[in-house]
Amino acid sequence: MIPIIIFLVALLLVTLGVAMYATYAERKVAAFMQDRIGPDRAGPFGLLQPVADGLKMIMKEDFMPANANRWLFFLGPAIAMTTALLTGVVIPWGGTLDLNGTPFTLQVADPDIGILYVFAMVSIGVYGIMLGGWASNNKYALLGAIRAASQMVSYELAMGMSIVALVILTGSLSLNDIVLQQQAGYWNIIYQPLGFLLFLVCAFAECNRAPFDLPECETEFVGGYHTEYSSMKLGFYLFAEYVNMFISSAVIATLFFGGYDVPFLADLGLSQNVTVILGTVGFFMKITFFIFFFMWIRWTLPRFRYDQLMNLGWKALIPLSILNVLLTGVGYYLKNGF
Amino acid sequence: MLYLFYLFAVISVLSALMVVAARSPVNSVISLIVCFLSIAGHYILLNAQFLAAVHIIVYTGAIMVLFLFVIMLLNLNKITEPSKTLTTRIAAVTAGALFLFTLLGALRQGVQITAAKEFDGSTGLVKSVGQSLFSEFLLPFEMSSVLFLSAIIGAVMLGRKDRTPREDAPTHPAPVERRTKKIPA
Repeated sequence: MIPIIIFLVALLLVTLGVAMYATYAERKVAAFMQDRIGPDRAGPFGLLQPVADGLKMIMKEDFMPANANRWLFFLGPAIAMTTALLTGVVIPWGGTLDLNGTPFTLQVADPDIGILYVFAMVSIGVYGIMLGGWASNNKYALLGAIRAASQMVSYELAMGMSIVALVILTGSLSLNDIVLQQQAGYWNIIYQPLGFLLFLVCAFAECNRAPFDLPECETEFVGGYHTEYSSMKLGFYLFAEYVNMFISSAVIATLFFGGYDVPFLADLGLSQNVTVILGTVGFFMKITFFIFFFMWIRWTLPRFRYDQLMNLGWKALIPLSILNVLLTGVGYYLKNGF
Repeated sequence: MLYLFYLFAVISVLSALMVVAARSPVNSVISLIVCFLSIAGHYILLNAQFLAAVHIIVYTGAIMVLFLFVIMLLNLNKITEPSKTLTTRIAAVTAGALFLFTLLGALRQGVQITAAKEFDGSTGLVKSVGQSLFSEFLLPFEMSSVLFLSAIIGAVMLGRKDRTPREDAPTHPAPVERRTKKIPA
């Protein structure tokens, strides 16, 4: 019982820490892409910048617009943050450690329905944006909230279908099983290149990241759903986006890139604990790459127009995902029979 | 476990009452979301993890989002809510009370439900649910999928814009239509 509580707290702190330094990384990556230096004043290489940003957020006046719905205005950022943090518990962060004879798996819970749990949390997460945007009593915020809702519903379908194709192959919804299968065979990216592409695009849309950041599109909507938010409530919204990005990267790495599996690591003959820890380090390297990829795309591609977004979702991604399910089914049948 | 059951039961009943009692439609929808989440909690207590997850994804994550979407888009509030006449209210209360009496009368003796299968650790998990859906209940399962498909097609048919030009259509396209035209890249 005690180790799992320690692990939970550690997971929370790591998630928040990664999200915190993702904000710093975002600014540094943006600076690099635009041939600037980026933040370098606070601490060496500007490493204390996230702390300074956080302090600034807390010290700002917490403003609530007149005629806003007090309850829902408060509830919006809380839901966004909570659901973002809840997703991490089903992700297998590493193999099984050996703590003085008692085995300890680096995963808080391994339910039979791992992926579906992630989906459930993601689908609740949209309420944070919707309720916050509606409660602000502001036209721009409302439009942002409505965009967020329609975008989420449209892209969740294609995302679910890309997972269906993956599940046909793995035969299990448990994330740990999926990693173990990839450890024994090849990574799923080899079997599911199209599925990976679909999942990646949908993950961008679900995280509201550029080029899918229509809900907070500042050129049209001031700040979108968080126009009226200030202080740490705004901080929670912005922070939840980075937590979501971290979790999405972890899910992508788990589903398609072997999770904590590092090729040939088991052949080195290291002790079990060292192997497990190196596997976790490898997993975090994969996650870091995907977080970088998220930022790379953001500072490379311009934002979609709204009709382009809907056309891409409904007329390109969903037919492709159905095709992918069909092809996977046929392939599975040809290989294994019924 | 029993305490959890009572907790979820109280939340379900209270939030269900809130759905009908709440003045603002948005509060009703939020109460309904809470109600669905507590029902998902009941499913988990019954070891039906798969049902719980799918329930949250479909009801909470998709259907209620669309409910909220429509309410926000139409900006419904207290003022636009139609008020019922006294006759309607009396009729509604009488009908509700009669229904309650009928239910109580039917359930007073207690209904004996025997489980089709003995409960074991795998009851309600994905594998057992899938196996019974695709073997024992294959026909009803496929029938319901056909039903869904026809509902989708029907919705598309109803929602499609009428392409035939109306007799009284203006000769110039309306400005709204002009805006939806593709802008050449």
